[in-house]
Amino acid sequence: MQDFSDASLALVQPPAAATQPGEKPALGAVALGLLALLVAAADADVARARLSLGLALLLLSGGALAWAWLAFGRSAPGWHPHDLWRQASTSRGTVAWATGVAFTGFYVVLYWCPWLLTNLIRALDPFSQSLRHRAADQWFLYGTFYTLAVLVLGGRALWKYRFSRYHLARTASVMFFQLGFGFLLPGLLLALQQPEYYFTYFWPLKYDYLFPGTVAQLLHGGGLGAFMVFWGVVMSFLATPVLTYFFGKRWYCAWVCGCGGLAETAGDAYRHLSDKSRQAWRWEVRLLYPILGLIILLTALLWLGASGTVPALGVVTGPLGQFYGFAIGSVFSGVIGVGFYPLMGSRVWCRFGCPMAAYLGLLQKHFSRFRISTNGGQCISCGNCSNACEMGIDVKQYAQRGEPIVRAACVGCGLCATACPRGVLNLENGPQTGRLASSAFVHADSLRIL
Amino acid sequence: MHFVIIGNGIAGVTAAITARRLAADARITLVAAESVHHYSRPALMYLYLGHLRYADVKPYEDWFWMENRLELVHALATGVDTAARTVQLATGADLSYDHLLLATGSVGRFADWPGQQLHGVQGFYGLPDVASMARDTQSIRHAVVVGGGLIGVELAEMLHSRGIHVTWLVRESRYWQSVLPPEESALLEAHIRRQGIDFRTNTELRELAGDAQGRVRAVVTSTGQELPAEWVGLATGVQPNLVLAHAAGLATDRGILVNELLETSAPGVYAAGDCAQHRQPPPGEVAVEQLWYTGRMQGETVAHTICGQPTPYRRGQWFNSAKFFTLEYQTYGRVPAELPADTASFCWQHPNGRHLLRLNFQLAGHAVTGVNALGLRQRQDVWERWLHAQTPIGTVVAQLAAANFDAEFTRQHEPAIRREFTRQFPAIPLAGAPRRRGLFGAWAG
Repeated sequence: MQDFSDASLALVQPPAAATQPGEKPALGAVALGLLALLVAAADADVARARLSLGLALLLLSGGALAWAWLAFGRSAPGWHPHDLWRQASTSRGTVAWATGVAFTGFYVVLYWCPWLLTNLIRALDPFSQSLRHRAADQWFLYGTFYTLAVLVLGGRALWKYRFSRYHLARTASVMFFQLGFGFLLPGLLLALQQPEYYFTYFWPLKYDYLFPGTVAQLLHGGGLGAFMVFWGVVMSFLATPVLTYFFGKRWYCAWVCGCGGLAETAGDAYRHLSDKSRQAWRWEVRLLYPILGLIILLTALLWLGASGTVPALGVVTGPLGQFYGFAIGSVFSGVIGVGFYPLMGSRVWCRFGCPMAAYLGLLQKHFSRFRISTNGGQCISCGNCSNACEMGIDVKQYAQRGEPIVRAACVGCGLCATACPRGVLNLENGPQTGRLASSAFVHADSLRIL
Repeated sequence: MHFVIIGNGIAGVTAAITARRLAADARITLVAAESVHHYSRPALMYLYLGHLRYADVKPYEDWFWMENRLELVHALATGVDTAARTVQLATGADLSYDHLLLATGSVGRFADWPGQQLHGVQGFYGLPDVASMARDTQSIRHAVVVGGGLIGVELAEMLHSRGIHVTWLVRESRYWQSVLPPEESALLEAHIRRQGIDFRTNTELRELAGDAQGRVRAVVTSTGQELPAEWVGLATGVQPNLVLAHAAGLATDRGILVNELLETSAPGVYAAGDCAQHRQPPPGEVAVEQLWYTGRMQGETVAHTICGQPTPYRRGQWFNSAKFFTLEYQTYGRVPAELPADTASFCWQHPNGRHLLRLNFQLAGHAVTGVNALGLRQRQDVWERWLHAQTPIGTVVAQLAAANFDAEFTRQHEPAIRREFTRQFPAIPLAGAPRRRGLFGAWAG
């Protein structure tokens, strides 16, 4: 699994370390949990399926947390990704591929073959009834699993990064927003016969919140609905530029967004898999901005059509909307976005597809006080920062040239600064003037790096 | 103009890149034996630990060299004809040059202990060393590290990560005695021992004992003890690599002798980095500088001279950084191991033993002359400004937060540092309002 370009460097792999005491029972619990999940999915007897599902979630959560406790409790607090590029699970080995196929498969089933999940869905009816006063469906199943993943793997992250208040705050934040605004509140709103609204998602990510059809529906729903429309408009066009100006796009991507929340928690083990090459960056630009352009176009056309000024736009917006909803909204965002975690890292959607990321990124690059400062001439070009970056930014290129990092892609997770062994990087908000200025200690070669 | 550089470490590569920037049409060739491409030597430990792959420790992607017309020759340079201005390669080929830079780096310095040639005994400098270490530490249970400095601590950490029991022998009475003041040594020794390392001061290696297969099995120390050792890391220092310089007939001492412009004794031939020795270092400075940073600076300086802008080497303020297991270290200015007569020193430590700040300042005038920081990230540009302006200690301690480079929300220690300073030096007032941490606080009023 080592990557050599020189024949001289073929590092002998150490034999796999003996399993630490306690890890076996913990992993055993996870395995049993998966089995119980399968049993629940296969069992037509509703009461038994419920029992199995409850047991499954308990075993999965408990086992995962126990394993994290052991794995990160053994060494001193700090960033020690020992054997990161040697373990099959974190270096695109067989285990990673199997996990990726399982994740991707689950998404495909969820979106297009939900009947296969009927027993699991029925098993969640009591929970759905108490929270939402209605029966469960595949999306409630999805939301439950998603939120549980963020909470349990958030617990893992809180323990792993216990030495850093920034990571603790950030992890707690995404857990809070996912649980509160991404799960409980929308459920509660349904129970209150109100629209199932996600206050932490807005246009252009949750694009339909500003589509004429949805807006009309919400406005019909009385005061709360009108507030929801108002909220959507304010968040997309006022709060976003203002908050991004002060804090960079990290306020959303690494502290609030649910996609980001899953990426930072469940995806934490995979952040180094993002491609740092120049070629990958070229693909990023080719995909990300056209998708933003597409959703802006679609939204504009829909409003144009709704206003009545241009007749028969439905011929265009219909298929375009369907295409966007399928290809971008479902396949890219869901199936590929999460399914490919173990193979391409945790931020494939965010980096290559998300129009919100594109919008926030443009603001961050041209109109923000956020930067990752580099510390004069202290960089030793070790590469730990680039390795840790989940967005595929080759951070060391900037650090070794004494330049700050102001990149549209940076979500401000802070792992580069944590991974740096010489204290060269620091996420900061500061005066915009001179934000891009490089240090006097290294004279950046004006040679091309991109 | 053909500029040939021997050695693709940071000194040689920085010279090449700087020359390409200054002389767009020059032909620039990098000749190196160790590897095809430039890689970060300080990153070798991360290869062993499995944190990074080899491609990850290359500062530039492979297309960089071709796109910037920097020719790479993977070959050993065996000789130089300084009169004819040609370099002989082991492949048999010759390279003519107009200007030649020797950036041949270092080799390990060993004391010729009995048994040093046994299998499983090695230094740690380059790619072959990390490869043999990976091979020879497979499934071993005991290892010994010899030498108390920066390579020693990396070896200890690498071995420890594999669950190998490490005994670390240090000749001096405290860790890195030649560089660190006593409190820093003590803090680090406690930290090292907390990791489970068997750290022994005042203990030298006397000989290495082998088994029937010619592999090391034990070391004998100066205290008469025999310790099991299936692998031994010799971290007893490096010295300039002079093989090519001798073949070329250049004047050498410990290193290749160079003047202010980094010129050697032969016209058109220069030397930079670990292998160079300054004939007349400024007072208080070392003649041979063996850091990544100084290699970079020397490479940049010599490229200016070669490209027609003669530039004497002026390193500026000393700075360095390192990491000891989980503890980061930064230093700016001068903090010698023994305190000079005209200097006072203020040292603060956190009770948990994971943070330390030392400020040296002149007795007369109180100008700050150097800082050591352990477990506290400090901004280089702020320290450069304070040191250059000979800022008095009272001002520095008051405004310390301006140099704070720790991550957001990290506990700040400046109030405790200020209190301790006032306790130790009640006669020195703190000048100026406490600065805020962060970029808003850093802009000096």
